[in-house]
Amino acid sequence: MNDFLLVFRNDVALSQTQMSPDQMQALMSTWQNWIGGIAAQNKLVSPGNRLAPAGKVLATNNVITDGPFVEIKEAIGGYIIVKAENIDEATTLSEGCPILHVGGTVEIRMIIPMN
Amino acid sequence: MEQPALLPDLFRTEYSKIVAVLCKYFGMPFLEQAEDIASETFLLASNTWGLKGLPNNPTAWLYTVAKNKAIDFIKHNQVFKQKVYPEIIISSQTSYVPEPDLSPSNIMDSQLKMMFAICNPIIPVEAQVGLALNILCGFGADEIAEAFLTNRDVIYKRLQRAKQKLREENITIDIPPQNEIAVRLDAVLTTVYLLFNEGYFSSSQNNALRKDLCIEAMRLNVLLLENATTNTAESNALLALMCFHASRFEARINNSGEMVLYEEQNEQLWNKELIHKGEYYLNNSAGGNQISTYHLEAAIAYWHTHKQDTQEKWENILQLYNKLLQVNYSPIAALNRTYALAKVMGAAIAIKEAEKLKLEQTLQYHMLLGHLYAQVDLNTALSYLQNAENLTKRESEKRLLADLQIKLQHLP
Repeated sequence: MNDFLLVFRNDVALSQTQMSPDQMQALMSTWQNWIGGIAAQNKLVSPGNRLAPAGKVLATNNVITDGPFVEIKEAIGGYIIVKAENIDEATTLSEGCPILHVGGTVEIRMIIPMN
Repeated sequence: MEQPALLPDLFRTEYSKIVAVLCKYFGMPFLEQAEDIASETFLLASNTWGLKGLPNNPTAWLYTVAKNKAIDFIKHNQVFKQKVYPEIIISSQTSYVPEPDLSPSNIMDSQLKMMFAICNPIIPVEAQVGLALNILCGFGADEIAEAFLTNRDVIYKRLQRAKQKLREENITIDIPPQNEIAVRLDAVLTTVYLLFNEGYFSSSQNNALRKDLCIEAMRLNVLLLENATTNTAESNALLALMCFHASRFEARINNSGEMVLYEEQNEQLWNKELIHKGEYYLNNSAGGNQISTYHLEAAIAYWHTHKQDTQEKWENILQLYNKLLQVNYSPIAALNRTYALAKVMGAAIAIKEAEKLKLEQTLQYHMLLGHLYAQVDLNTALSYLQNAENLTKRESEKRLLADLQIKLQHLP
């Protein structure tokens, strides 16, 4: 078993659209149902976090730029950590992720343990 | 002829109080002596009361005899005289040894402190549950063995080893200091939770005994709420959970002592008072800054006190299971979540999710899939129920599963 980071990316503009409380609740339930499904398989390592759309980038020579990162089109919206035998199983676990319903992507990366 | 019933009743309530008070008074190395004095007190009671009739106040009689025996012990035991006696005198700041105090407040205090002593990390968890039953609830090795579905010798040895450990390590009988209380209270709550589950879910056929275990677990939990330090959000949540479960005690077992499934229970038999108490403790549990597994389980149990199937009920239960599994995975929570998922999203989606769970070795997995397939594919449903029937060794469950198969086959 290895740990895999699932990174959710989607269009920044899209994630900033206003939602009604009901829509927000429904979206939360959809995410919770998907994560709950992974947890029910005992494959969830960490429920991760959501990230605020705005941010800053610090580059060499202390050059600071502000987000949102329109130039890269798809920004990181959040992540979770799962465990799986291999990258294929981790990819299968990613199926059904709600980000896919709004045209986003899930990036699956194996975590290399630091010993 | 009330007398024959009285002594066992008193034993159940008073034996553990005497042991707790005396053990706290003597110190943990003298646990065995505290138990001996309590036993001798009851032996004397059964002999004397049989001959002379009941005293006016049986409980006071027991306390006086136990107290005198305790004083006698400290006067004549050499080890106690040389080592412990001087310490008691120094700590009490008087020149004489104070008598053991069997007042209600000191009984409660002693039992609470004994809970922390017993639920000590140096004792294996299953032994903690046994010790709690034995020392705090006055259950004998035979009863504990019956509840745990094991033989008396196993339990007896387990208790002896654990008690030896308590004595050797000279565990202090006190409420842990502020910096340890959270972790230590966690262990106490785990033991209370396991004690309750042992009664509620155990496969022992002795219903009176099972009910006693549940009541004892709730009594110990109430003890925790009566002390400001241990009256936490979590301990309130645990008591709420137990109240909700216990409210169905009468409805879940029929006249022939067999389990009645939730769907078929007569909700008139649900104990409304316990449900209200559960709601009260659940409200009290809201203050904390952390949502524990007890909070989540109590909230699920709360929704189950509403018999009627509503979208709101199952939506809430599903979300609570989603959270519970993220905090604390267990196969049974995974299966229950899938059941709730079927209620919210239909059998087809739930079947797909159930088949991912990889719990083929558990009985409930096959029962769940049998249930879900019943609405979709009859033959598959029957084969799952057959698997379940093959997996269980208990006759009552075999009968239940065989009946379910017959019912399914005769559906119009």
